[in-house]
Amino acid sequence: MGKVNVEDNARKFIKQDDIHEAQHDKNLYNTIIKRSKVSSEIPEWEELRNLASQIKEHTLTHLDHYIDQFATKAEENGITVHFAKDADEHNAIVFDILNSHGAKRIIKSKSMLQEECGMTPFLEERGIDVLETDLGERIQQLSDERPSHIVMPAIQKTTEDIAKLFADKIGTDPNDDDPHSLAEAMRNNARPKFLVADAGMTGANFAVAETGTFVVCTNEGNADLTASIPPLHIASIGIEKILPKVEDLGVFIRLLSRSALGTPATQYTSHFSGPREGSEMHIVLTDNGRSKRLSMDKFWHSLKCIRCGACMNTCPVYRRSGGLSYGATYSGPIGIILDPTFDEDTYSELPFHSSLCGSCTEICPVHINISDQIIEWRKVMMEKKKTPFGRRLAFAAADRLLGSATAFKMMEKTTYNMLNILPKSLLENSTLDPWVEDRELPDVKKETFRDWYKKNRKNND
Amino acid sequence: MTKEELLSSVRSNLANREKMDYPAIPDYKKPGTDLKAVFEINAKIAAVDFYDVASVAEAQEIMRKKLPDTKVTCSATPEWRGNKDIHVQKPADLNDVDLGIFRAEFGVAEMGMVWVTEKSLVTNSLGYLSQHLAVLLDPEDLTENMHTAYKRVDFPHSHYGCFVMGPSATADISAVLVHGAQGARTLTLFFLKKPVS
Repeated sequence: MGKVNVEDNARKFIKQDDIHEAQHDKNLYNTIIKRSKVSSEIPEWEELRNLASQIKEHTLTHLDHYIDQFATKAEENGITVHFAKDADEHNAIVFDILNSHGAKRIIKSKSMLQEECGMTPFLEERGIDVLETDLGERIQQLSDERPSHIVMPAIQKTTEDIAKLFADKIGTDPNDDDPHSLAEAMRNNARPKFLVADAGMTGANFAVAETGTFVVCTNEGNADLTASIPPLHIASIGIEKILPKVEDLGVFIRLLSRSALGTPATQYTSHFSGPREGSEMHIVLTDNGRSKRLSMDKFWHSLKCIRCGACMNTCPVYRRSGGLSYGATYSGPIGIILDPTFDEDTYSELPFHSSLCGSCTEICPVHINISDQIIEWRKVMMEKKKTPFGRRLAFAAADRLLGSATAFKMMEKTTYNMLNILPKSLLENSTLDPWVEDRELPDVKKETFRDWYKKNRKNND
Repeated sequence: MTKEELLSSVRSNLANREKMDYPAIPDYKKPGTDLKAVFEINAKIAAVDFYDVASVAEAQEIMRKKLPDTKVTCSATPEWRGNKDIHVQKPADLNDVDLGIFRAEFGVAEMGMVWVTEKSLVTNSLGYLSQHLAVLLDPEDLTENMHTAYKRVDFPHSHYGCFVMGPSATADISAVLVHGAQGARTLTLFFLKKPVS
């Protein structure tokens, strides 16, 4: 896979028309407004965030113990637990289970881990029919695109886009762009497939060591349909999803949907502790780089993430560039700090796709220092020379200038003089810096701040 | 990989990591909370229709008026007789149910949601294949918030348990809220005391 050119991708999203970027920005901003309202109604909101962070840090620093306890309890409840080192092992295990049951038709609810493992294309290549049942995921599957948002996978599309897609793929009226009838069309398209599926697959939002239970949160009830109809249920669970006790769920369920969508909870919070009578249940407990991340001093806190997407909703850069521009399983601020742990070359430019405003760190319900980690990843990319030469040169020059008061003073005056001389075409040249595209420099002031200060604050008052 | 291989990878990567303590989790109960009033406010947000009734007959009358086209009714509680037996050969056989009925085990005031398990649903797919749901809840069976709610659940004794907050919903098309995404299109809740057993 080549390096993701996030700036180019963002440019394409923004410039396609006057509608997509504006609507994307507005829809996500609305969830932030709703989140502010519902969180302010909980007097202990900040305490809950602290508790969630502490519970996660405790669990992660005792993860060997809790993985062992979770697996033991789940097995006691009649679940078969498998362990996968990486994406390839995960996919091979899933395929083996399906194959040994002769399962050809799979229904699945949303799982970011299965996305991360590229499971659906892997199974499809082996002749297995995989149906995404979450509406947003299904839209993305039909578009042959990855989810653009963790919680709202197709939020980058307009209703008209979806009307066109459904007309093309499931034969609806292309002029019918009412979200209600489009959702109804997909309900009627998916229902017969639920009924005949050989296996159901889910992910998990949380897994409880104490009882061997895993929890899936959905608004559609599609995880429950997935689990309650076919004779086989396979759940893919990342090892960082484990919590010690049932009572921990009280903290996390109160935070999750309020942070994600600004609703008190998801319509369904489903708990699976063992197979349904007459059915089989498997868990694929997956590492895929997580245990290694535990040892990374600067980055291990990212394992606390509960995948709520609040950092994406609040991010001014994400809201304008759209999730697909990140070219990765995880987009937005959390994606910037997760994706490079999988591949530093492909995702080397992501840490620079941020204004470092810090809003992500402020909103994170489990107190992940996202913006600090973005800076740390920039350092990694600079030190390992993963970013383009021009950027490294510019940063090296900045380092010299900002590190010396004399050099800075000289630069200031020179820049001031240059601004008046240089043509706009050079100063606002997006080939040199894509971030200035569609922006205009303010008028140059008559004097520098330094000169003004010397004149007006003679006594440094 | 085996469990031992995973555990040893985790252990070696945690070797230099300082262990963090497990915090005490309060239950955040607020004295004097009117549980039913709070439940109703939140149930409304989740698009639940609710009624106080004195008998099953009264609830049935409300449902007849609300959904006059209902043909197939299927109930998981002996209090309400449906016209389709819930003990089906396979879960998919409940696909023709217009109205599914069950009694919830308890409700959570903070969220306006109810707790169900395989005991209350009998056939789990009833809760999700039914086009519409009617849910009975004893107003005495209310708990204040998620902390108190999780003290009442019985994992892993129940292999399946779900907090149902309302009808199936999605906002995946341009953030427009639509009810009846894949599961129930409506959820009507009746506050009705449990029969004395």
